[in-house]
Amino acid sequence: MIQQLLPVLILFVVVIAFGTGMILLTTLTGFKVRATQAKENPYECGVAGQAPNSTQIPVKFYLTAISFILFDIEIVFLYPWTLIYRETMPEAGLYLLLSMGFFLFVLVFGLFYEWKAKALEWD
Amino acid sequence: MGADQFEIAVNLLKLIVIFLAMVQLVPILVWAERRGSAFIQNRLGPNRVGPLGLLQLLADAIKFIFKEQFIPANAKPFLFKAAPVIALVPAALAFAAIPLSTPVEVSTFELFGRAWGPYVFEIQTVHMNVGIIYILGVSSLGAYGLLTAGWASGNKYSLLGALRACAQMVSYELALGLSIVGALILYGTFSLNEMVQLQEGPLAFAWFGKQVTVGWLPNWGIIFQPLGAVLFLTAAFAESNRLPFDLPEAEGELVAGFHTEYGGFKMLLFFMGEYGHMLVSSALFVIFFLGGYGIPFLTQDTVFQSLLNNGFSPTVSSLLTSLVFLISFLMKVFFFLWFFIWVRWTLPRFRYDKLMDLGWKTMLPWGLMNLFVTAIAVYVMNRG
Repeated sequence: MIQQLLPVLILFVVVIAFGTGMILLTTLTGFKVRATQAKENPYECGVAGQAPNSTQIPVKFYLTAISFILFDIEIVFLYPWTLIYRETMPEAGLYLLLSMGFFLFVLVFGLFYEWKAKALEWD
Repeated sequence: MGADQFEIAVNLLKLIVIFLAMVQLVPILVWAERRGSAFIQNRLGPNRVGPLGLLQLLADAIKFIFKEQFIPANAKPFLFKAAPVIALVPAALAFAAIPLSTPVEVSTFELFGRAWGPYVFEIQTVHMNVGIIYILGVSSLGAYGLLTAGWASGNKYSLLGALRACAQMVSYELALGLSIVGALILYGTFSLNEMVQLQEGPLAFAWFGKQVTVGWLPNWGIIFQPLGAVLFLTAAFAESNRLPFDLPEAEGELVAGFHTEYGGFKMLLFFMGEYGHMLVSSALFVIFFLGGYGIPFLTQDTVFQSLLNNGFSPTVSSLLTSLVFLISFLMKVFFFLWFFIWVRWTLPRFRYDKLMDLGWKTMLPWGLMNLFVTAIAVYVMNRG
């Protein structure tokens, strides 16, 4: 397992080294311009920014994240199921098909409920 | 990694070369994008620097290096600098697990007064038997880079852009994950290498327990999974934040989204991440639905044998075979990269609520249906 993942680890180090190295290099080579108050402000379309920068975030994003976790776990269950379903096709195929069908039915019902409860609406 | 020095050296070299090739592809893709957009919009595009404007890449690179490295007063300096690197990592790591071509078999040879045993080098950085799970897992880390950038910039546009990007990426990840479950049932493996081998030869499938072969069609996944292919491609556009789903950087509303405050080389690193995602998505599409590096009606053995018969040594013919299949793979991938550019300059942008509707209310149910139909069809067809 470690043997198999060693290249990934090395590549990870290489990528981090490449990224930080280039950022450090360009900090050295880049032009230096004296910073002014106006320049250092957060970007705004030509007018001075008004409200503080920490804006409130719509709760919709949180809801989306929660629904994502729910359905992503479902897909995580589906992946190993496909292999087992394929391997044990002649003997256990129908049993596996029905049990996964029941599991998905519960989740599709959940999706349907979410839909009807207007949890998927953006307005 | 290998057992002796030669194998370790070659594997390390391969790792660096594949990573740098991915990085080097970015300026070329930017050039293709600019020329392509000009072509589509009936303009000229960059054509001044060098032939066809190709030296524009070099000019841009020099400009990126000498740009001022500006950090806004509101930003969190460390995270602001770290975010571009975090954005680059997932794409580079995901690309490492993609099989680019057939393995090269090197037979025994003499060097520095000793014999070096036979080797098999695969044209991919890391061979994984759970390749697809690894790639999906790693590439979904891309959201962290965007979120870090948006939060560390200290700018409202950046933060909103990053949030939109994350919500969009997680929503379409569901569709992306579901769209390939049907294909996984068909292949019965997680290994990308095995998937490519399964798609070799003419179209063959079980029809109510009998084996049917259609000689004039390749055995490609897109023939069994057309709906899955469409869903996958659509989700890939959303995952790599490309038009028509580039809401995170919708210029009309959010200036430039999560990279509003970025410039110079940091911006380029974000570009590498984005184009890297495009590359990985195109490569995955090709592997899942278009036979990977395979060439229709030609198997690896046929090419290898005909090269052997023409008087090449086994090592050289193995190398040349690998090159032929690499070119085949790159041609397919480049077509899809061009397709990404083509679509970007053809379709208008979605509205955000429509985008979320498409992800949750259209693609998710269709993906589930595709899964049901495939599972039942595979069961019935194999049972007879």
